[in-house]
Amino acid sequence: MWDWIKIAMFGLIALFAALAASWARDLAYQVHMLIIMAVAAGLFIWSVRTAGEAQPALATGTAEGYNDGVIRAGVIATAFWGVVGFLVGVFIAFQLAYPQLNFEFLQGYGNFGRLRPLHTSAVIFAFGGNALLCTSFYVVQRTSAARLWGGNLAWFVFWGYQLFIVLAATGYLLGATQSKEYAEPEWYVDLWLTVVWVAYLLVFLGTILKRKEPHIYVANWFFLSFIVTVAMLHVVNNLTIPVSIWGSKSVIVWAGVQDAMVQWWYGHNAVGFFLTAGFLGMMYYFVPKQAERPVFSYKLSIVHFWALIFLYIWAGPHHLHYTALPDWASTLGMVFSVVLWMPSWGGMINGLMTLSGAWDKIRTDPIIRMMVISIGFYGMSTFEGPMMSIRAVNSLSHYTDWTIGHVHSGALGWNGMITFACLYFLTPKLWKRQGLYSLKLVNWHFWLSTIGIVLYAASMWVTGIMEGLMWREVDAQGFLVNSFADTVEAKFPMYLVRGLGGVLYLAGALIMVYNLWMTAFGKQQTQAAAAAATPAE
Amino acid sequence: MSDNSNPNENEPETTGHEWDGIREYNNPLPRWWVWIFYATIIWGLGYTIAYPAWPLIERATPGLLGFSTRAQVAEDIAAVEEANAALKAQLAEVDLTTLGENEDLASFAVNAGASVYLANCSQCHGSGAAGAVGFPNLLDDAWLWGGTIDEIAYTVTHGIRNEQSFDAHWSEMPAFGRDEILSDGEIGQVVQHVLAISGQEHDAAAAEAGSVLYLDQCASCHMDDGGGDMVLGAPALNDAIWLYGGDADTITESIYYSRFGVMPAWSEEFRPSSGLDQAEINAVAAYVHQLGGGQ
Repeated sequence: MWDWIKIAMFGLIALFAALAASWARDLAYQVHMLIIMAVAAGLFIWSVRTAGEAQPALATGTAEGYNDGVIRAGVIATAFWGVVGFLVGVFIAFQLAYPQLNFEFLQGYGNFGRLRPLHTSAVIFAFGGNALLCTSFYVVQRTSAARLWGGNLAWFVFWGYQLFIVLAATGYLLGATQSKEYAEPEWYVDLWLTVVWVAYLLVFLGTILKRKEPHIYVANWFFLSFIVTVAMLHVVNNLTIPVSIWGSKSVIVWAGVQDAMVQWWYGHNAVGFFLTAGFLGMMYYFVPKQAERPVFSYKLSIVHFWALIFLYIWAGPHHLHYTALPDWASTLGMVFSVVLWMPSWGGMINGLMTLSGAWDKIRTDPIIRMMVISIGFYGMSTFEGPMMSIRAVNSLSHYTDWTIGHVHSGALGWNGMITFACLYFLTPKLWKRQGLYSLKLVNWHFWLSTIGIVLYAASMWVTGIMEGLMWREVDAQGFLVNSFADTVEAKFPMYLVRGLGGVLYLAGALIMVYNLWMTAFGKQQTQAAAAAATPAE
Repeated sequence: MSDNSNPNENEPETTGHEWDGIREYNNPLPRWWVWIFYATIIWGLGYTIAYPAWPLIERATPGLLGFSTRAQVAEDIAAVEEANAALKAQLAEVDLTTLGENEDLASFAVNAGASVYLANCSQCHGSGAAGAVGFPNLLDDAWLWGGTIDEIAYTVTHGIRNEQSFDAHWSEMPAFGRDEILSDGEIGQVVQHVLAISGQEHDAAAAEAGSVLYLDQCASCHMDDGGGDMVLGAPALNDAIWLYGGDADTITESIYYSRFGVMPAWSEEFRPSSGLDQAEINAVAAYVHQLGGGQ
């Protein structure tokens, strides 16, 4: 019966998408409907061919009873989107240094304005999002001693999320955008993400509810707060009314400064809950596992968890200092950001102190080294953030490259490095290998990335503070001394250094992909004895 | 509590929980962490008392210090204006031809003029002053009504072909086609002549015929050689600079219907609510004069 409902559903979706594509009012919508039609038609054919057969192999999972197939797919997707995102990042970094790279034949598709949201979304939502998906699925099963709830729903979440990424990315290139930073995809892509996200919440929550452990592990608190909050932020910031159901354009229901405030409430908590809370969830499982040490302090994890999620949600207004936003809102955003400093550092303390008693591993284990530098960058950016939220500092730093440097020390240092460490941890376990193909290559990856980040962050501090000072420089009579173009010219050498940093980081990621590929699929690896684990079901 | 017992005496006790081999120590919160956290909270409360912060029903608490970013901007502007008051008074009185002798005043005039220009002139003449179709380019050295600094100031003050100032620049070219002064064929010949004197491709025979008509009908303002006359605002026709376009079709349209470009009189004498005072006029004249084409 379910087979026939599925077949009918896929057929109807394919038909609807075909009609929508033919009535499309703009190119992006048309291409999207053709993509949806192709996916639905493929699923329709596949469902017809497999109707009445036993469940396909991918649903049965592994011997231990954990659903690891979807996590393997997530590891591959994370590595793939990571390289794509870094590559686009390196290219747009050089577009800023050499505007000639905005090629004439790419105008309207491959110029900086189109590629920049492609880069940010690729690294945050495609690379970071897949990392969160696969690690949260891995962690929640192990720490609940339960198989993922909902059977194939986890696969729906995975593939549904990849479809979201493809629709978002092609939309950027074809010019479908809400012009809201980190929330660029248009209304139907937002609706689709909402469906996928609710399924994600159900899988995660269902697994926690049927756990065999008496308590919920701290990593799962963080993952759950990330999933729930992102759902709320996504829905409120994307309340739009489509101009036509046959076109991509929509109009936001918020107006003026309220729209700006909602956008940065969303934007800041995308950082807070996607890139901080979610990734702290990763840290709380993989750091003690890799170090084989207990977590430093249970009390600290409770206090900093509740303080972090309570305070983060108010910090958004610091993105709107000295704008039409009322002063009171700006003050509150700043105060909550500064008070957020210690709750953020709670995670850093718990991560670093977990290694006490295992400090020698920093020397011997390049994965631990990656985790340590990741937590170090986490601590640095969560100090820098509150500092930059202070009104007086912000009046210098805002709109400059300092912000770009801050974001990248967090994203490349904290999010990137902890994700790489998790991928190195997961790959041998998921493909049942004795260990990684090469620890030496991990070491290379570590140093290339670290030097890349240092070049990136340092060059952006220099240009950021320089351009901030140049913008505010006035002569004796109070007139501005520099034009905007003067600052662009002065920044050129630092733009080259930044681009070089990006190249190093990308090179490290390529080495990682090779290493992971050889670990998972290389011939020289022998099957390790399956780790003894409690069957979940 | 037997779970909590620890074989290693140096190690703190754990909570007794275990997930996939992960245990948790029951360590207390680090003291320095707690104290800094408390300190930021106390600072935060103090800060929200001192500055506008808590939203109430009617309005937000204003804060004890009376801080306001809008007031801060107003103060900054007032301070700069006060500091420059003497220069501004001097600028209103200055003889523009000798402006260059006072370096401070000249720099003040050009910078202030740039602001006046962006606020009032850039809408038509472009933010870079390169002009647009029907709105002259102010960067080149071709001038309709004169490019000396005094002439520019006069044009800004009184404008061109407007009803506000009796002293506005005024001239009007006949609509040769619409008013049936010339036939379509004759206009075509004049166009060929204009193409010829501006160095463009043309029909030599028609241009020859057109030159007679040109001397009859056009040369009184545009001069025999097409050099134009700044007293009458008659543009030069023998160069490559065109206000409306120099191709045959556009020249035909200009001769057939004529053109009637208008510029407002910017002096506050003629625009009581939004006009420029004498210092601002002098400033913008100094700015435009130094753009590249000033005479």
